[in-house]
Amino acid sequence: MKEDQQDSVTIHGLVCPRPLSHEDTIVLGHGSGGRMTQRLIERTFYPPFENATLLRGDDAAVVETPAGGRLAVTTDGHIVSPLFFPGGDIGRLAVCGTANDLAMVGAQPRWMTASFIIEEGLPRFLLERVAQSMKEAAEEAGLIIVGGDTKVAERGKADGLFITTTGVGWIPAERDVSGANARPGDVVLVSGTIGDHGIAVLAARGELDFQAEVESDLAPLNSMVEAMFTVCPSIHVLRDPTRGGVATTLNEIARQSNAAIVLDEVAIPVRPAVDAACEMLGFDPLYVANEGKLLACVPPEDAEKVLAVMREMEYGADACQIGIVEDDPAGRVLMKTAIGGTRVIDVLAGEMLPRIC
Amino acid sequence: MCLGVPGKITEIFEMEGLKMGKVDFGGVVREACLEYVPEAKQGDYVVVHVGFAISILSEAEAQETLAMLREIVDIEDEVGPEVEA
Amino acid sequence: MKYVSEYRGAKLVHGVLVQINETVSRPWVLMEICGGQTHSIVRHGLDQLLPEEIELVHGPGCPVCVTSLELIDKALAIAAMPNVILASYGDMLRVPGSVRDLFSVRASGGDVRVIYSPLDAVKIARENPDREVVFFAIGFETTAPPNAMAVVQAKSLGLENFSMLVSHVRVPPAMHAILGSPSNRVQGFLAAGHVCAVMGYWEYGPIAEQYSVPIVVTGFEPLDIALGILRVVQLLEANQAVAENAYERAVTLEGNKPAQDLIQRVFEPCDRNWRGIGMIPGSGWCLRAEFSDYDAELRFDVEAIQPKESPLCIAGEILQGLKKPFDCTAFAKQCTPETPLGATMVSSEGACAAYYRYARLDVPESS
Repeated sequence: MKEDQQDSVTIHGLVCPRPLSHEDTIVLGHGSGGRMTQRLIERTFYPPFENATLLRGDDAAVVETPAGGRLAVTTDGHIVSPLFFPGGDIGRLAVCGTANDLAMVGAQPRWMTASFIIEEGLPRFLLERVAQSMKEAAEEAGLIIVGGDTKVAERGKADGLFITTTGVGWIPAERDVSGANARPGDVVLVSGTIGDHGIAVLAARGELDFQAEVESDLAPLNSMVEAMFTVCPSIHVLRDPTRGGVATTLNEIARQSNAAIVLDEVAIPVRPAVDAACEMLGFDPLYVANEGKLLACVPPEDAEKVLAVMREMEYGADACQIGIVEDDPAGRVLMKTAIGGTRVIDVLAGEMLPRIC
Repeated sequence: MCLGVPGKITEIFEMEGLKMGKVDFGGVVREACLEYVPEAKQGDYVVVHVGFAISILSEAEAQETLAMLREIVDIEDEVGPEVEA
Repeated sequence: MKYVSEYRGAKLVHGVLVQINETVSRPWVLMEICGGQTHSIVRHGLDQLLPEEIELVHGPGCPVCVTSLELIDKALAIAAMPNVILASYGDMLRVPGSVRDLFSVRASGGDVRVIYSPLDAVKIARENPDREVVFFAIGFETTAPPNAMAVVQAKSLGLENFSMLVSHVRVPPAMHAILGSPSNRVQGFLAAGHVCAVMGYWEYGPIAEQYSVPIVVTGFEPLDIALGILRVVQLLEANQAVAENAYERAVTLEGNKPAQDLIQRVFEPCDRNWRGIGMIPGSGWCLRAEFSDYDAELRFDVEAIQPKESPLCIAGEILQGLKKPFDCTAFAKQCTPETPLGATMVSSEGACAAYYRYARLDVPESS
């Protein structure tokens, strides 16, 4: 810069604005694939997820497959508001949801990948908390996170954080679990109280302005499933009643198996606070989401053994029988009500909304 | 038109000139407006519809009805029920 | 839950059912005129446990179902306006207008918010001073005091951005319309418990006498409803056309005076169009002139869309208890809770929706 030009600005030396390092907040640059992305991954994801496969840093994870048996693959998108709620958070939800999908086909969860779509402006410490939560859930479920992706969406376009996962598990050769395998005579079991997750999240969201002594039941169920298989190698059906609740899930099973499922209203376990919240809003607990429960259809001669084993596990203490599988009416779910009437249980139609009637 | 749920008043306060209460529905607590039950006290049970208490539940009446019904049922137990359910 | 669980016990309900069986000696047609009761009856399977002689028909007791099509179309048009927040009870979101519903308005960018209490709507107005907040105030007499309080609060807080789209309906005129109709089959009435908690039941004595129809104020739990039915049947068998109270723990003859006073202050009777039934004179409540500033129908200039009902829908006849959902050719086929053709399929208290969800065994399933 010449200092002797007329009418020019006086330059006092070179000034080169150094780019601000955005350490505390996620900005669009973090999703660009360049150095900022790399730093974000190294600082936020590598430490908690630490494993050799992941740290190799190749474009895809290469894993050793066990001999025999089959592989199970699942994918899931996780959207939850608020991101942190009593009993869990979106990170734990992503891991448990994936592990549970695999466990429901009799698979042992092994590997998982996670794609993060982060909204511009999300504080980085929240991402760290999510990652830490995922690490803990992964340890509990016995799986490792071998790959991931990070993108940043403009402010207002990603509600904080979306996580999409893919999970792979291994199914031992002798297992054949499917929604189509329910047989007349089978006993229908549930691993515990229903409706906890949906009500906990609704209360946490704050829109309906109520407080409930309820926590989400979010949990990885694969250890319990393994224990169930040791006493009953021929479990027919396993399914986790997430969105749409127990009612929707049982309808899926009834349809797939072309059988009828008959429930006993009195036998269905619901926490008093969940019951009260549902009464107040006009909801039915049968339709409220769960994230740490499973439904099982087992041969009648094995029901007692399976229940005993479930009740010894952390997430099965309240396991009980809630119904049986019958021939007729095929594809439908019925319930004997507390007063002895019969009611048809249908799938959830649309969004569940509080009612005034 | 009548989703009215019974709950117990655990606290009474005022908000913007309105008599309000914290109502416990059995593990779930929500605020409700008590303007229409001015004589309601802490500990009373009220029927709440869309966030408003519309009636104070009478324990006396409830007990009377249930007692009357239990009598009917006990009598039936002795005589033997005839209904095909 | 206290005051709930005691009224759901099988033993007591069966005891009352036995009594009903022993009392009834000939066929009777009973009507309940409350969506909440319809819901409870079908959900618990109570109607299946009644003796054959008793036919239970469901009246137009669902305010969501009977809100006129014109008014729904108005609500939809207002909700679609930029800068408007429409606050509504959850049940209303899926009610079909002539062309669409509030859900689809929301999906196209309209700001539609579900509220649990009318005071939440006032709160939204306070928190969004630069937006117009319109509260869709529907309901029978039970919801009128809460809705009235919203506009009184708005006025006392000096809110200029709050207004209400009012669609209140009243039970006694509907009963007159049904009982006075030449095709009426109803012989006994279960009166709506929470409507009576607010209004009392002093209006029903004269109605019972005029039409020789016993009317019993009834609650909502299975035991309450069984008890109400028992009382009506006893009165019918004894040929006594009077009004009685079987929901004594919550209802008195005079009702809730403070609530009635505020209703009087805010609303006045007016003619109202009941969807599926038609105009019933004096059957509605509208805002008094003193509150006309808060009347959304006056504040918003909405062009009346020609309301168009589905030709297949027989909701009107169902609401009057003349037909059952199973009698409808579209039931569970073209008309389902996901694709409702008429109002009675929409709210879970509408007779068609209740039957679809709880009782539909013989009708082939739509996929």
